[in-house]
Amino acid sequence: MARSVTTQRKAINTFFAWAIGLLIFFPILWTVLTSFKTEATAIADPPVFLFFDWTLENYAVVQERSNYARFLWNSIIIAGGSTILGIIIAVPAAWSMAFVPSRRTKDILLWMLSTKMLPAVGVLYPIYLIFIKMGLLDTRLGLTIVIMLINLPIIVWMLYTYFREIPGEILEAARMDGATLKSEILYVLTPMALPGIASTLLLNVILAWNEAFWTLNLTAAKAAPLTAFIASYSSPEGLFYAKLSAASTMAIAPILIMGWFSQKQLVRGLTFGAVK
Amino acid sequence: MGRITLDKVTKSFGQTQVIPPLDLTIEDGEFTVFVGPSGCGKSTLLRLIAGLEDTTSGHIRIDGEDATRLPPAKRRLAMVFQSYALYPHMSVRKNIAFPLRMAKLPQAEIDAKVDAAAAVLNLGDYIDRRPGQLSGGQRQRVAIGRAIVREPAAFLFDEPLSNLDAALRVGMRLEISELHKRLETTMVYVTHDQVEAMTMADRIVVLRAGFIEQVGTPLELYHTPRNVFVAGFIGSPTMNLITGAEAAKHNAHTIGVRPEHIEVSETEGEWHGVIGVSEHLGSDTFFHIHETGLAETITVRAGGEVGFRYGDNVRLTPRSDIIHRFDKAGLRIP
Repeated sequence: MARSVTTQRKAINTFFAWAIGLLIFFPILWTVLTSFKTEATAIADPPVFLFFDWTLENYAVVQERSNYARFLWNSIIIAGGSTILGIIIAVPAAWSMAFVPSRRTKDILLWMLSTKMLPAVGVLYPIYLIFIKMGLLDTRLGLTIVIMLINLPIIVWMLYTYFREIPGEILEAARMDGATLKSEILYVLTPMALPGIASTLLLNVILAWNEAFWTLNLTAAKAAPLTAFIASYSSPEGLFYAKLSAASTMAIAPILIMGWFSQKQLVRGLTFGAVK
Repeated sequence: MGRITLDKVTKSFGQTQVIPPLDLTIEDGEFTVFVGPSGCGKSTLLRLIAGLEDTTSGHIRIDGEDATRLPPAKRRLAMVFQSYALYPHMSVRKNIAFPLRMAKLPQAEIDAKVDAAAAVLNLGDYIDRRPGQLSGGQRQRVAIGRAIVREPAAFLFDEPLSNLDAALRVGMRLEISELHKRLETTMVYVTHDQVEAMTMADRIVVLRAGFIEQVGTPLELYHTPRNVFVAGFIGSPTMNLITGAEAAKHNAHTIGVRPEHIEVSETEGEWHGVIGVSEHLGSDTFFHIHETGLAETITVRAGGEVGFRYGDNVRLTPRSDIIHRFDKAGLRIP
């Protein structure tokens, strides 16, 4: 018997869904609004919501004081690079775990995931030293590698889950048809897993874009991405809420827009296999 | 050419041996069917030949060349899977062209071969569709098309018809048989359906628990089953197996009488029984007869017009010249 959903119940559910959605979105909205206020209105008590004199002054100041384009470019390189590098490494790894599992595959997967439970600061010291020795400090290459490694367990896990949904017989057919391992992965597995790979890609760009711990600790000026750009505005010299908000808005805007356009793909990818 | 020789081939998964040492030769151009109940190792054996599983020991030779350690792609074999295993993201044309593309043939040659295969299998009308838009029978044809373009040394079929409905299955059975007559290429076909085995095979290999129970032409298996297992497995409805006093009369531990070799009548016959369920097929009627004192049920195949009802007392006459005799170990007594 299908569960009957009354109109009233639907209305209540809708109300709560919107309420929770707005609650989660509110800090972002508040940041965006604050970025259009003057410093005085930003710290006004009681706070003003919509009715204030809108100004672009903060954006002008931020633009003047720091080179937004350079930070943006660093973010794009680091987030994009680490994701692409991660996918290249994770596809073969997930392939072997999904299609030729050994007795230890489950253990390896769990062990990989367990590294995500380690507090990052616990390995900051050794990684910092390695970076100094290898001359990777404050380089885009160094950050790309570290962030790729940080997210690799998630990439492998996600791809593994998607690959498991692909019938092994199709890959065997490719083998019978004369495909080498490379062709099998390139022409058969990857196109079939494309929705999954795409959402893995999207999620990891977002994770890498927002990653702040390593980007703040391992960069100074040259390779600093947008996270460092925001941080540079939470200065100890005084509270500049409006300017900080303007910088934050500028930093999160690209990823927010990307997320908005790809949300369908993301949701589909994340629920892939759960609903058949 | 496509002569496949298995020489003392074994296969174990962990501690479990699924194929004990096994010898078998499949002659060039022969249509060989592996048949047996599920779990008998027939699919594993096919996958060993294909190279999709590694042998634990022994050798597989294809046209005299040792292929035991060759990867599947290098064995010059083509396989048709139970699930068809078509590439869902490619059109029918691209599916069929895939093995040729992997062989790095020039595009013009690929196109010509794909067109030829499509013509043979009547795939022309949906050559640009994706597998998802095709019916089961059409998908199976595409899978066969993908196999024939490569001009392999042998075709391997892994229960290719079991996902089709009954009517389509009969049609595809004929198509595959016709294809074999036309191509004269070795075909190895795995099925659990003894009707498919009987109708298609030049030679049948009956397997049980990894052991070959008997190898022979369909009629050899039907007329002279080597043991009780083959006797019970080949033929439909299955052979009546009778033990005890009646078997002793024939100096055997077990005797077997096929349903079509028993006469049923109202008044005459050495055995007697009561009609249980009757299955009317039109051309034939299968009577399941109880209370015979011989076995729980004796099945009799009679003409379509023979009309007994549930509970009728009948008499049965086995054809004394076609009674199969088996000893205590289940082996045929000549």
